[in-house]
Amino acid sequence: MATDLAPPPVTASPAPARGKRLSPRTALLRYRWLYLMLVPGLAYFAIFKYLPMRGLTIAFQDFVPFLGYGGSEWVGVKHFEELFTGPDFGRLLGNTLILAVLTVFFAFPAPIVVALLLNELRLNVLKRTIQSLIYIPHFLSWTIVASLTYLLFSVDYGVIANWIHGIVGGAKVDYVAQADWFRPIIVMQTLWKSTGWGTIIYLAALAGVNPVLYEAARIDGAGRWRQFWHVTLPAIRPTIVVMAILTSGHLLDSSFEQIWLMTNSLNRSVADVFDTFVYYIGITQGGYSYATAVGLFKGVAGVLLIFGCNWLAKRLGQRGLF
Amino acid sequence: MSTSVRNHGSLGSRVFDVLNIILLVGLALVTVLPLLYVLAASFASESEIASRPFFLWPERVVTGTYEYIFGTGTFVRALLTTIGVTAVGTVVQVMLTFTMAYPLAKRYLPGRALVLNLVIFTIVFSGGMIPTYLVVRDLGLLDSYWSLILPLAINPFYLIIVKSFFQELPQALEEAARIDGCSELGVFWKVVMPLSKPIIATFSLFYAVGIWNDYMSPLLYIDDNRKWTLQVIVRQLTGADAENALSQLDSVMFPVEGMKFAVVVIATLPILFFYPFLQKHFAKGVLIGSVKE
Repeated sequence: MATDLAPPPVTASPAPARGKRLSPRTALLRYRWLYLMLVPGLAYFAIFKYLPMRGLTIAFQDFVPFLGYGGSEWVGVKHFEELFTGPDFGRLLGNTLILAVLTVFFAFPAPIVVALLLNELRLNVLKRTIQSLIYIPHFLSWTIVASLTYLLFSVDYGVIANWIHGIVGGAKVDYVAQADWFRPIIVMQTLWKSTGWGTIIYLAALAGVNPVLYEAARIDGAGRWRQFWHVTLPAIRPTIVVMAILTSGHLLDSSFEQIWLMTNSLNRSVADVFDTFVYYIGITQGGYSYATAVGLFKGVAGVLLIFGCNWLAKRLGQRGLF
Repeated sequence: MSTSVRNHGSLGSRVFDVLNIILLVGLALVTVLPLLYVLAASFASESEIASRPFFLWPERVVTGTYEYIFGTGTFVRALLTTIGVTAVGTVVQVMLTFTMAYPLAKRYLPGRALVLNLVIFTIVFSGGMIPTYLVVRDLGLLDSYWSLILPLAINPFYLIIVKSFFQELPQALEEAARIDGCSELGVFWKVVMPLSKPIIATFSLFYAVGIWNDYMSPLLYIDDNRKWTLQVIVRQLTGADAENALSQLDSVMFPVEGMKFAVVVIATLPILFFYPFLQKHFAKGVLIGSVKE
């Protein structure tokens, strides 16, 4: 097809000779097709990723859509002052961190434990079947997970709610509506949805362990427990560290869809986190500038967290991410 | 159970094996039983859902709920919308991702490092919800199906994985095509893309599941209830304010509870149908993704 488009280059490989730098003009000409292929993607990143970053300036304005980015009044750090001195900040930070810590406490070790248990299963058919089943929830949307929760825990006909009621007795509890049950339910949902899938990365690390190591340990008289302690566990330690850095870098990133879908008027005192608050203030109330300021604070704090965790990991003698 | 190379003769070891099997089978049941119950309940009558505690097969199979749902304009429209947006969106996303990944895989391309860094930066930091919403609004995309596709058109993680895949393709074929006079575009279409069929399938599935399951985009960008997607319907019918939404639907006489179960089933089934492929490819994708360049 493309024979009329360009004369074939003299050499088969389009790479320049070693050590030779092309002038921008020559480079543009020689690699014009490659650059052309970059254009749609670059346009995407420019419009949907970098243009919004310019939009962050409205955090320092009283943004009025009609006046636009240029015409709205600049107000300096007013919205940040409002955030830090107002009643929202403590509640948002508290809710976000409590949920994050609870989730990390339960959902971080769960896949490690399950992967280690799966690794000890000797029946391969059983192992594969169990894996296939526990991966399923990862592919279901948060809307489905939320709906399952509402259906199973509903006061009127919820199977699980009735089952608990049958055992514990007393008054019927509306689990999905009450503030007290919000956090446990979020943690349970996360465990149900992500534990199985989370095992993959650890199982891959475990599959990479050289069987010779187990053999050597056995010859040295190590029982199953000591093989586990001295061979299996050290094998997945680097993976655990990398996953720990990744997780702690995202402490402030709540799962927006999950939390939004479980929020109602009765549990907002514990359910409001930075991400859902930004939606509530910005989209439903039109407080664009204040919401953007909240989002910007969270974004900057998130970047600092990622770099901080990476630095800490390196200080502790582990390989960081970058 | 005796083929293992490991030492497992002791009593403690055997007891552990039994407990381990019980525990893991229990975990698998906790995972799938809720789904099976919802499936069974969607075919049960209202009175059975209300009276029986737990069942995996209804006493009397009732299909009235499904007949009602598929006779409802709102629902059928949402189903067709979701299928259409998922199909078009997946094609757009895959095209954009693969076209951009190819030049980024050429180590000799001047400016490549800069572009890669710009991409990676968006993983660490972003404008966030409101500025992105304002951009989508300024583009006139509110209440347009494109708002469900374009803002998520390239996932930077996928882009980097595809780029790494391209880097590992044998260069000899590409060079042969170039000697034959193919332009870089021709090499991409005629040589590289056919070689990439498995990974195209993988990322089509990645993207399709992403759009199908997306709730945040319609929540942010779609106001017009004739453009609702399936996830929004699921939310409207089963969420906290369900009764409110139900009263807006076309009719008053319908099996309320059974309908909730049935809608969840319909929104889940396509995912479960593709699940065998998903599992195979996704697992691979996760592992490729974990390898650093």
